[in-house]
Amino acid sequence: MALPSAKPIVFSPWNDPDATPLIRIRGVSKSFGDFLAVNNVDLDIYPGEFFSLLGASGCGKTTLLRMLAGFESPTDGRIFIDGVDMTGIPPYERPVNMMFQSYALFPHMTVAQNVAFGLKQDGLSKKKIAEKAKEVLDLVQMSAFSERKPNQLSGGQRQRVALARSLAKEPKVLLLDEPLAALDKKLRGQTQLELVNIQDRVGITFVMVTHDQEEAMTMSARIGVMNAGFIEQVGTPVEIYEYPATTFVADFIGTANMFDGVVALDEQNRTVVDCAELEAQLTVGHSSGVAVGAPVTVMVRPEKMTVQREAPQDGLNSVHGVVSDIAYLGDISIYHVRLNSGRKVQVALTNLRHTSEQRLTWDDEVYLTWHPANSLVLVQ
Amino acid sequence: MAPRAAGRRHPRVLLRRWGRTLVGLPPYAWLMLFFLVPFLIVLKISFSETQAAVPPFVPLVSWAEDAVLQIRLNFGNYRYLITDELYVDAYLNSLKIAGVSTLFCLLIGYPMAYAIARAPRTLRNPLLMLVVLPFWTSFLIRVYAWMGILKNEGLLNTFLLWSGLIDQPLQMLETDFAVYVGIIYSYLPFMVLPLYATLEKMDLSLLEAAADLGCRPFRAFLRVTLPLSVPGMIAGSMLVFIPAVGEFVIPDLLGGPDTLMIGKVLWSEFFDNRDWPVASAVAVAMLILLVAPIMIFQHYQNKSAEAENR
Repeated sequence: MALPSAKPIVFSPWNDPDATPLIRIRGVSKSFGDFLAVNNVDLDIYPGEFFSLLGASGCGKTTLLRMLAGFESPTDGRIFIDGVDMTGIPPYERPVNMMFQSYALFPHMTVAQNVAFGLKQDGLSKKKIAEKAKEVLDLVQMSAFSERKPNQLSGGQRQRVALARSLAKEPKVLLLDEPLAALDKKLRGQTQLELVNIQDRVGITFVMVTHDQEEAMTMSARIGVMNAGFIEQVGTPVEIYEYPATTFVADFIGTANMFDGVVALDEQNRTVVDCAELEAQLTVGHSSGVAVGAPVTVMVRPEKMTVQREAPQDGLNSVHGVVSDIAYLGDISIYHVRLNSGRKVQVALTNLRHTSEQRLTWDDEVYLTWHPANSLVLVQ
Repeated sequence: MAPRAAGRRHPRVLLRRWGRTLVGLPPYAWLMLFFLVPFLIVLKISFSETQAAVPPFVPLVSWAEDAVLQIRLNFGNYRYLITDELYVDAYLNSLKIAGVSTLFCLLIGYPMAYAIARAPRTLRNPLLMLVVLPFWTSFLIRVYAWMGILKNEGLLNTFLLWSGLIDQPLQMLETDFAVYVGIIYSYLPFMVLPLYATLEKMDLSLLEAAADLGCRPFRAFLRVTLPLSVPGMIAGSMLVFIPAVGEFVIPDLLGGPDTLMIGKVLWSEFFDNRDWPVASAVAVAMLILLVAPIMIFQHYQNKSAEAENR
């Protein structure tokens, strides 16, 4: 598969063979009784990176995070943080701090005492502790609330205090367990960018667990998509959306139209797939790397298709169908097109105009086409 | 009136409101009839004077000559309580015995409650059952059982003599020691249950957060678990302390002639001296003495309820 070659991206240590990862996860598995929560995971996370573990609930992402924090120990494999083997090292001796999903603020302490808690364990002087606490509270703009108790704060304010408390000790790695899940949608959007800014300023490596793909894509440098204890793919948001490695990732991130078929022709820059379901040949703009006759899946994103009422001239990657459902979302509309074979395909069109003149409506006959470069062959 | 107007418009609303009042009424009626009224009777008797008759006290309200209604309030009983050292000593001793017993209940009950709250989920209910199990036997029988254990030829002395640790039986029954043992034993469950409730509902992620921030387990206990269990400690202490102050059966059966507790004094005033007015004054004074801790208890209950509601 032709991944984009290393473009001059500002921050991409994972493409640098000389870079040393801060976290090295090697063959880590964790089972609870018969249930294998994490299955033989290998993963490198680099200094200063904002890394997200993304997956549905029960995929093992939280278990992996808790193993980094030291609350769970791997059944198998090893975790190295900054070159040190973490096996057998208790949470209170690890150079990591965690921001809990429930925030886990101490209800009997004020905001300032909560933030100072970790610093006190280090035996710093009173003056130093107060300075440090003030500094992190300033960072999250919560200094004005330092004498409040957690139950006197709103959800968003508690989230900030929890972040300040976990940042106060300047850990090598900050672990975030669904940090924004308890916030309402609007506040979550603001906080996402704010969190990225803070990460940028403090320069600490963030490892975040989330089930929200939009959140992961907004915030992370790289995302590890997890499924049933495995890491399916690790990549930048662009990579996992545009070049998903597996059908699971293609389906989990965004919406994907997938057509099963067999390879009819495989060239350096072209794969032709016989798709029995569509009774058509689909052309994809890259080599699949598998033999002719091998079963593959062709994936096309809904927004990468064009819709037209007349049959296209060249006929490359063109399917014919009828509009069966329309979901109007304001900025875009999703059209569900039923193909002749009965198969439904989703197409997304931007609503560029106010008027409804050009708009498609139910039962319109349409042709869907896409450029070979905008589709992808996934090998099963 | 606004509620009435609303009620007229919606008969169902009116019905519901009346329904709520009716449901709330029986407990209040019960408390009025069986707690407040008897207390007022005791209060009335405490202002009376004793007399050799049935009932053994002078009525407060009586008809004097010329159709004059006269009320005689006798404060002498209360003055007597202060002037006679016996009563002051008995009060102080009751407070001391109740206080020390509460402290020991706390010291023994806390680890028990903690162990149960942190036991595997399936074990917790059986363990709690064991704590409550003694209640299935009569309280009196359990106190008699302690007599059997503590007396000179009892189980404990027999064992100690057999093991050679002592060569003469220890006098344990009819001492303050026996009273302490009896009270701590009897009231321990009242300490364990509220403590368990507080410890069990504690968010364990707080302890993970403490560990994550570099706190060793024992320090995390001192700085997180212990402060958060204060409401349970106060609730348990009140449940032990308040009844222990007025305890009568345990000092009477296990204590000696020197064991001075207000419950015993009360009993002997009523039944040995037949001085109902003084006995009533003792009872009223004890109640007033206990109002303070009850108020503290209430205060903390409200505060923790408030904290939870947020």
